[in-house]
Amino acid sequence: MINSIPRKYLFSKGVDQYFTEVYLAYKFVVRFFKEASRPPFHLREIINQCFEIGVKSLPLITLTGFIIGIVFTQQSRPSLSEFGATSWLPSLVSIAIVRALGALVTALICAGKVGSSIGAELGSMKVTEQIEAMEVSAINPFKYLVVTRVIATTITIPVLGLCCGFVALLGSYLNVHSFESTSIVSFFNNGFSTITFIDIFSSLFKSLAYGFTIGIVGCYKGYHAVKGTRGVGRAANQAVVLAMFLIFIEEVVIVQMANWIRYY
Amino acid sequence: MEEQKHITNEEPVISIKGLYKSFDELEILKDISLEVFRGENMVVLGRSGAGKSVLIKILVGLITPDKGIVKVFGQQVNKLSPKDLNTLRLRMGFSFQSSALYDSMNVRQNLEFPLTMNVKNLSRQEINNKVEEVLHAVGLIEKINEMPSDLSGGQRKRIGIARTLILNPEIMLYDEPTSGLDPTTSQEINTLINEVQKKYNTTSIIITHDLTCAKKTGDRIAMLSNGKFVKIGNFEEVFNPDKYQEDDKQIKSFFNYNFIQ
Ligand SMILES: Nc1ncnc2c1ncn2[C@@H]1O[C@H](COP(=O)(O)OP(=O)(O)OP(=O)(O)O)[C@@H](O)[C@H]1O
Ligand SMILES: [Mg+2]
Repeated sequence: MINSIPRKYLFSKGVDQYFTEVYLAYKFVVRFFKEASRPPFHLREIINQCFEIGVKSLPLITLTGFIIGIVFTQQSRPSLSEFGATSWLPSLVSIAIVRALGALVTALICAGKVGSSIGAELGSMKVTEQIEAMEVSAINPFKYLVVTRVIATTITIPVLGLCCGFVALLGSYLNVHSFESTSIVSFFNNGFSTITFIDIFSSLFKSLAYGFTIGIVGCYKGYHAVKGTRGVGRAANQAVVLAMFLIFIEEVVIVQMANWIRYY
Repeated sequence: MEEQKHITNEEPVISIKGLYKSFDELEILKDISLEVFRGENMVVLGRSGAGKSVLIKILVGLITPDKGIVKVFGQQVNKLSPKDLNTLRLRMGFSFQSSALYDSMNVRQNLEFPLTMNVKNLSRQEINNKVEEVLHAVGLIEKINEMPSDLSGGQRKRIGIARTLILNPEIMLYDEPTSGLDPTTSQEINTLINEVQKKYNTTSIIITHDLTCAKKTGDRIAMLSNGKFVKIGNFEEVFNPDKYQEDDKQIKSFFNYNFIQ
């Protein structure tokens, strides 16, 4: 319950704190899987959270996706037209969006928007003793607050990523249509001809990983917020920074894995 | 208040023996022992930072003690499995110093939440009845649809008390029920505490540094100072100026402070 940093340092204060933090985070993740696998499941709260996270982020995600689609297509055109290869635009853009941009952009936006709000919400519940209030009324706050939110982000962020990708392709199509007057059918035919099952699968897998990361990091930082309003601010801030950092690492690792599967 | 209520051969509802707790190297509680009997209002007095909140958080298992035996209804709190601990917690109500209302929920939802999460298969009607009953008990039925942020400090305290009453606790733990309130509102809370004890027949521990509250609500008073109980007894015993000894400075200053004000 109370996690005190040891007094006599093994190495130095900073190093010890770092390892304590890693250990606490590890225990937090293990606890998540333990608690998530046992009833009660608070389905209604999970649905609430999905709604909260999904619906509130949807406008921003679709707008960003749309703009990325248009701008990316627009900016890629000159290089391709040098070789007279503007007909490759749909497949180029599709590959970029499906393999990387859709999932990644969604994850980064959600790390900022959803991660910080989870961190701040749980952080303020922690410092105003609301989490303890749940505990003393025999409600498991970890289950009710953490498990539901992490499951919600893990479900919602892939869906948002899908929306983002779809709208980006739509934006790209509009741009291609207005310059090269391609029909929508041939745009998507052309675009998807180069997309493989592995591309879609790895993107989906990435999105799931990002969603989980955003949820668990936000909850971890909020749940371990230290007393005071500064603690809440720090929790929100660190939730975003750490989630983004982990997302980039996951991106690199999963891309390597996908390439390995693709070529062997 | 009038007479000592406990019968000495009765099992205490709460018993603490040789309790120690420190945070890092800061010793907060040193060798605390206390027994509270059924139906009794026990007041714990002490300065800010004396460790009063730590003490009652240990009673509900929010903080684990370093050493000592803490028994509630004969069960040792820090040795219970999570499931048994929850069963025990349902028999105890904990009113937080900060009220700790869920600020994303309105008053009604705040009250329903512990009920619906712990008692399955209640009908809508039963839930509403229970919510209205406890709101009537604390006299705030008209605030049923407001958000906690729209309530005053005293109202929040009372809703906090109502939220613990909804599970029919046998023990009530009040953490500074009157702190930060004006004398009239404090008086209302004191009356409420006594009414709750009568109506729900609870055993209570009331943490406070407000002497009026101690006098009005306490059957017995325990003075916490430097991590120890320096005196336990009824109000007259603890605050009899004739009985002051030189080393009772703590009590003296407490007494002066409260009554000169
Ligand atoms: N979780 C914790 N971690 C570290 N120190 C703590 C913790 N909780 C309490 N303390 C320390 O224990 C001491 C007693 O705190 P406590 O909240 O019990 O005081 P209190 O008697 O309730 O005071 P107040 O009247 O101001 O509420 C304080 O010095 C506080 O810093
Ligand atoms: Mg306190």
